[in-house]
Amino acid sequence: MEDLKHILAEHPFFSGLSPEHLAIIVGCASNVRIDTGKMVFHEGEEANQFYLIRSGHVSLQLMTPNKGPVTLETLHEGDILGWSWLLPPYEWHFDAKALELTRMIALDGKCLRTKCENDHHLGYELLKRFADIMMKRLESTRLQLLDIYGDRP
Amino acid sequence: MATAPDLQSLKIDYKRNPMLPWPFQIKRVKRETEDTFTVELQPLDDLKEFSFQPGQFNMVYVHGIGEIPISISGDPTKPHTLVHTTRAVGTVTKAMDKLRRGDILGIRGPYGTPWLVDQANGRDVVFVAGGIGLAPLRPALYEVVAHRERYGKVVLLYGTRTPSDVLFRQELENWRARFDLEIYVTVDRGMSGWRGNVGVVTHLISRAPFDPRNTSAFVCGPEIMMRFTAMELHKRGVDNEHIFISLERNMKCAIGLCGHCQFGSVFVCKDGPVFRYSQIKDMLVKWEV
Amino acid sequence: MKNYMLEVAELDHLIEILHHRGYTVVGPTIRDSAIVYDEVKNSNDFPRGWTDEQTNGTYRLKHRNDDALFGWTVGPQSWKKFLFPPIQKIFATHKNAKGLDLPNVKKHASQESVPKKYAFFGVRPCELNAIALQDKVFLGGPFIDPFYEHKRTGTIIIAINCGQAGGTCFCVSMKTGPRAVAGFDLALTEVLNEAHHHFLVEVGTDIGADILKDIRCTNATDEDVARAQEISAKTALHMGRSIDTTDLKTMIYQNVDHPRWERTAARCLTCTNCTMVCPTCFCATVEDVTDLAGTQAERIRKWDSCFTLDFSYIHGGSVRASVKSRYRQWMTHKLASWVDQFGSFGCVGCGRCITWCPVGIDITEEARAIRENQS
Repeated sequence: MEDLKHILAEHPFFSGLSPEHLAIIVGCASNVRIDTGKMVFHEGEEANQFYLIRSGHVSLQLMTPNKGPVTLETLHEGDILGWSWLLPPYEWHFDAKALELTRMIALDGKCLRTKCENDHHLGYELLKRFADIMMKRLESTRLQLLDIYGDRP
Repeated sequence: MATAPDLQSLKIDYKRNPMLPWPFQIKRVKRETEDTFTVELQPLDDLKEFSFQPGQFNMVYVHGIGEIPISISGDPTKPHTLVHTTRAVGTVTKAMDKLRRGDILGIRGPYGTPWLVDQANGRDVVFVAGGIGLAPLRPALYEVVAHRERYGKVVLLYGTRTPSDVLFRQELENWRARFDLEIYVTVDRGMSGWRGNVGVVTHLISRAPFDPRNTSAFVCGPEIMMRFTAMELHKRGVDNEHIFISLERNMKCAIGLCGHCQFGSVFVCKDGPVFRYSQIKDMLVKWEV
Repeated sequence: MKNYMLEVAELDHLIEILHHRGYTVVGPTIRDSAIVYDEVKNSNDFPRGWTDEQTNGTYRLKHRNDDALFGWTVGPQSWKKFLFPPIQKIFATHKNAKGLDLPNVKKHASQESVPKKYAFFGVRPCELNAIALQDKVFLGGPFIDPFYEHKRTGTIIIAINCGQAGGTCFCVSMKTGPRAVAGFDLALTEVLNEAHHHFLVEVGTDIGADILKDIRCTNATDEDVARAQEISAKTALHMGRSIDTTDLKTMIYQNVDHPRWERTAARCLTCTNCTMVCPTCFCATVEDVTDLAGTQAERIRKWDSCFTLDFSYIHGGSVRASVKSRYRQWMTHKLASWVDQFGSFGCVGCGRCITWCPVGIDITEEARAIRENQS
C-alpha cells in the first residue's frame, strides 16, 4: 500500500489532489500484471477500472471485419488507460492488448464512482483530469484524421 | 542573436550564372516506398564533388519537363555523391521516377539556410520528422552521428502515415543498434503485423529522453505537423529560440528573384527554408499570408 | 557638375550622337492611343503637343495648346520592359544518344548574344527610383540576375523632369520626385515660353559630360536654374494623389485582418494589370518548353503576378487562394515587406496602378481607408 501510495502521489495525473482524496484513490488501487499478447479488456465488457501504466506498452485496438484488429493508438509508461468507467453505459468501446509484459496500477472504478457521487469535490477533481486526457486524445485523433502525410496535407 | 549564417560561407560559386543547371548523372535509383524514391547522383564536367550543408536544397531539372526544389538527403561528409529523396506526386517528380542509371539531371544549388547543428554543441539534440520530412533531416543526423561526442542525448522521433511508408528502414535499424541514439518510430494508422507504436508523433515528445532546458530541436514535415510539434516541444519546456523548422513554398528560381516563395517579408529560398521557430511562429498561424 | 542650356533643335543632334556611338535610343512615342517606350529615330517621334489625363481606371491623350515634347507624365509601360523583358530565354538544352547536353556553365549569358546597348531618353524621376529599386533586387542580393546585369551595365539614362503632375501621381509623398536628384547621366528640364523652347541640362556623370562635348549648348545661368526649379516646385504642388507614409510599414503589418481587405477584394478582378504596369514589380515564372521529339528544350522566363491563383501553389493547393489574400499580399509587399527586404518602399508613386486598374482601385485610397479606421 505504501508503495502504491508513493507511486500514485508522484504521478502527474494525481498531482494537486488533497491528501484525503489521494487516500481514497489509494484505497481503490491494486497492482496488476498483464502478460505479452494478453488482453487488458475487450470491447463490450463492463468498464469498472482504469489503469496507470507503470511499464510496458498497451495498444488500443478495434476489430474490423475485413482488416482484423486495427491499432488506433499505442499507450506507454506513464499513460492513463481507460475512461469508459466514468460515464454510462460503463462499457469498453475498444480492445486493449498488452504488446509486451505490462505492469499497471488498476483503480477500482466502480468503487470510485460511488465515492464521487458522495463527494462531488472528488468527482470534480477526477473529471477535470480525465477531461484533459480526452482533450489531448481528441487533438491527436484529429491530427491522425487529417492524414497530413497523405497526398493532400 | 544569430539567425541564418552568412550565405558567403556556404560555398556557392557566384561567378557562375545562377540560372544555369549543372549536369549530374544518376548512378543509382532506389525505391523507398510505393510513392517515394531516392536518386544518387554524380557531377559531370569538371566538378568533382558537391558540398552542401544539412537542410539545404537544390533545384532539380528534368530535361524538357521542369525544375523543382528538392531537399538534399545525403551525407554531407561524403560530397562525391549527391543524394535526393522525393515523393513522385507532380509532373516533374513523376518524370524523374521514370529515369534510370545513366540519365542526366540538371542541378542548381545548394540553396537555402541549413539546420544550425553546430549551435547544438553541448546540448541534447531532438529530431522530429514527419513523413517525407525525414529526408531533409537525414543529413543533419549524419552530421551529428559523425561528431557524436559534441552532443548530449540524441533522439529521433519519426512519424509517418502507415508502416509501409516508413523510410530508410535499414538506416533506422542501424541507428537503433547504437547505444548513443534513441530512435522512436510511430505511424498514424497501424496495419496488421505492425507491432510498433501507433499514434501521432507529437505524442512521443512528452516522454522522449532529453532535457528541454538544454535542447536544440530540428523539426521537419507537413506544416501542420511542425506547428503542433513546436507547440508540444515548447509545452515541454524547449525555448522557441532553439526549435528549428523547415518551410516549403512555391519556388521558381530559388535565388530570391522570382518572388514566388515569399512568406510575409521573408523569401523561403534564401532567408529559409530553415527558420528559427521564434522568428516565424506568429506568421504561421495567420491565414493565407 | 555643370549645368547647360540646350535648344530644342539640338535634341536631334543629341540623339544622333547616341546612335553614332552604337546606342539603341528608346524613348516616348505614341502608339495605340497611349505614350509608350520604343526605339526613336529623332525628336519627331516624341509626343510633341500632347498631354495625358489620368484618374482611376482612366487614361486619355489630349492635345496641348503648345508644342511641349514632354508635357505628359507616364504611360502604361516602364523601362523594366527593356531591363527585365517580359519574355527572356534562360537556356537551351539538347538531348542526343550520348545523353543530355546542358549548356556549358562556363559560358556566361553575356556571350550568347550581341548585346544592345540602350540609351533611355526621357526617364521620369519616379522611374529613376524604380530603376534603382530594381537594381537592388536584381543586383544587390546574394545572387544576381545576369541578364539584368548585362542589359543594365552601360545603359545611358537621360532623365526628364516633370513640368506637370499627373492625375494619379504621388511622387512627392514617396519622396521620389518631381525632380531627378541621382541615377542619371543627363537630366533635362523642358522650359517652354514665348521667348524660348529649350532645356536645362544637368550633368550627372562623366559619361553624360562626354556626350555633351559635341553638342551645341550654352552655360546655364542662375536664372535658368531657378526657372527650372520653379517648374518643379509648381509640379510638386499639383500632385493628383497623396499618401501618408508615417509608420506606413508598421500600420500595414498591424492590419492584416482589417475589414477593408475584404471590401477591396470584392472589386478586384485579379487581372494583373497593376503588376504589369508597375515599374518595380519583379515577379517572374519559368516555362520549360520542348519540341515534339523531346530533344530540344528551352527554359523561358516570363513576367508573373502574385495576383494569379497558382502563384503560391504547393501540394495540390494555393497558399493564397482568396482574392483578398492576393490583393493584401501585393499591397503589403509594396508598402511594408519591401522595406524589410530592400530598405525602402517598393512604390515610387507613379500612379500607373491606379490609372490602369479596370475597376479603379487606388492604392493611396486603400492606405487611407486602413489608416483612418484602425481597430
